[in-house]
Amino acid sequence: MHDDNSHDQQPRPASAGADGDPLAQSERQPIGKPAVEFRDIDIFYGKFAAVRDFSLAIRKGSFVTLLGPSGCGKTTILRSIAGLVDISGGQISIGGKRVDDIPIYKRNIGLVFQNYALFPHKNVFDNVAFGLKYRNVPKPEIVRRVKKALDMVRLPGSETKLPSQLSGGQQQRIALARAIVFEPEVLLLDEPLSALDANMREDMRVEIKKIQRETGITAIFVTHDQEEALSMSDHIVVMNAGLIEQIGSPAQVYDQPATAFVANFLGKANMLPGSVTAMDGKMATIALATGHVVKAAAPKALATGSAVTVVVRPQKLTVGTAGAANRLAGRIVSTSYLGGNAVYEIDIGAGTLVRANTLIDGQPLREGEAVDVCFDPLGCVLLDAQGLRIA
Amino acid sequence: MRADHPNREGRWAWRLTGAITVCVYIFMFAPILATVVLSFNASMFGGFPLTGFSLRWYEKLLTNEPVLDAFRTSMWIALVTATVTTLLGIMAALALVRFEFRGKQAINTLVILPALVPETILGVGLLVMIKAVDQPRSMTLLVLGHILLTLPYVVLIVQARMVGIKRSYEEAALSLGAPRVSTFREITLPLLIPAVLASVLLAFTISFDNTSASLFWRPAGVETMPTQILSMLKISISPEVNALGTVMILLTVGIPLAGGLVLQSLTWFKAGK
Repeated sequence: MHDDNSHDQQPRPASAGADGDPLAQSERQPIGKPAVEFRDIDIFYGKFAAVRDFSLAIRKGSFVTLLGPSGCGKTTILRSIAGLVDISGGQISIGGKRVDDIPIYKRNIGLVFQNYALFPHKNVFDNVAFGLKYRNVPKPEIVRRVKKALDMVRLPGSETKLPSQLSGGQQQRIALARAIVFEPEVLLLDEPLSALDANMREDMRVEIKKIQRETGITAIFVTHDQEEALSMSDHIVVMNAGLIEQIGSPAQVYDQPATAFVANFLGKANMLPGSVTAMDGKMATIALATGHVVKAAAPKALATGSAVTVVVRPQKLTVGTAGAANRLAGRIVSTSYLGGNAVYEIDIGAGTLVRANTLIDGQPLREGEAVDVCFDPLGCVLLDAQGLRIA
Repeated sequence: MRADHPNREGRWAWRLTGAITVCVYIFMFAPILATVVLSFNASMFGGFPLTGFSLRWYEKLLTNEPVLDAFRTSMWIALVTATVTTLLGIMAALALVRFEFRGKQAINTLVILPALVPETILGVGLLVMIKAVDQPRSMTLLVLGHILLTLPYVVLIVQARMVGIKRSYEEAALSLGAPRVSTFREITLPLLIPAVLASVLLAFTISFDNTSASLFWRPAGVETMPTQILSMLKISISPEVNALGTVMILLTVGIPLAGGLVLQSLTWFKAGK
């Protein structure tokens, strides 16, 4: 239904670069107890391995997104934290305590569902108060905290309404209030935006992020939408077929994809296979399968003749720039005019199409025009024959 | 809603549809109407013509000990049957909808089976089985038989509703800290109420109405309302039977109607999907 690659991401600002990201550092060396920790999780449905070897430590107060196509195991992981899915191996800790044998109703987690799941026979107050009631909070305190939570989701005074009297967006706000009002140790969000229409979705994105920051709650967010993941997360865990492909900040997973899958799933990268013909310091000369010869920065010396794939983001491809190092001659196959920028599909020979997303001023180039596409040797990533990033 | 038909052909089609509908309704309700009207007839004979309005057959009914006995028996059987069947039906439907286990499909079919087997066959079958284990026919047996007859319908009704209750409601309640029993009491059961009410009413009605199976199963000397009417008819079509029939119509039509009204008054049920 939702096309992840319908249009490409704008480039990240350089200040959010991977190396200077303090959150990424602390992820590698967690300070204190992580809010949620997975150790070697395996989850099987019968003989089918839904998740394998999943290890992850989530820092308190951070916003982590599990991103991947449907069936990649992201929802299964989320449900395993809640206790709605039994793990077959490994251990899960919440706040330093193992929860493998603790039933869901004692885990102290907030859960927000795709379909809101507000109790249809209870009004807004009773919905939001539900978690507090089971924590033996005295009645006046419940009233106070429900009011505070409703203020926070900007639906004050809606206590006596029934869920059916609210719009989808309002229902999801109430569901959010219900999940955070008792201050759970971790907030789990299972594709909470996918049932909303496009406009509402963007508002809710901002709102959820804001509330998460205000409350300082640890949040785990599941989505298949790369835009949601990139715009909301402190860290993104990219998953595919039950395995983790990459863990990193949004800028890291976007600019330095660890695998061919990540490069493709986030923002439809151009993948140009070829082989190394020469090494000059940190600069590799690569003969592409299309016949072009390009230069690309390599983090380490590569053996001559080794197979590599050059990954270039559509935003890093420029069209017809004079004097750039790597020039590939081609012909425009399709043009999508997007106002401030345009996306071109360009045939660079041997049946290879590349996508370029460039800022334009005025008219876009026309289909059929012959152009040169260029990229900076520093603006690309090299993958080895196994599809793993060369680092 | 009456559609606007500008042409001749359309007008005639509309009239014809109306006429046929009226005929069908007459066919359906004439016997009921006849019973009700004749129960107020003053005549000694349980048929037309009408000779005058009278409540004497109802008075006579109230002093007819065997009829009152049969009425009490049927009420008890129907109440116990409705209660037990509904409880069993909720449990069965919960298991069949919410859990995965071996042989689920087979059990699903087996539960429905008694509704497909002709009642007479069931009646004889249970009787033969009881004889085989050398037990007398008893009230317990009669009630068990009625539970057997009504359970398939109740399971079907509750199952249909259960499928419509999203599992995430229960998961949400659990995640908020409600243990399983509380989740059932606070979330699942209230959402099931329409089906529970429908089950009680249907089980009550089926049990109260049942004739053929009850004929086989009732202990010696015990009459239910339908079997009592049958035995009264063996003597003659007395006007008293009409009065009794009217009472039964009132009960078996009135109770579900009242149930429907109760359901409609639950605002959230209307508002919910």
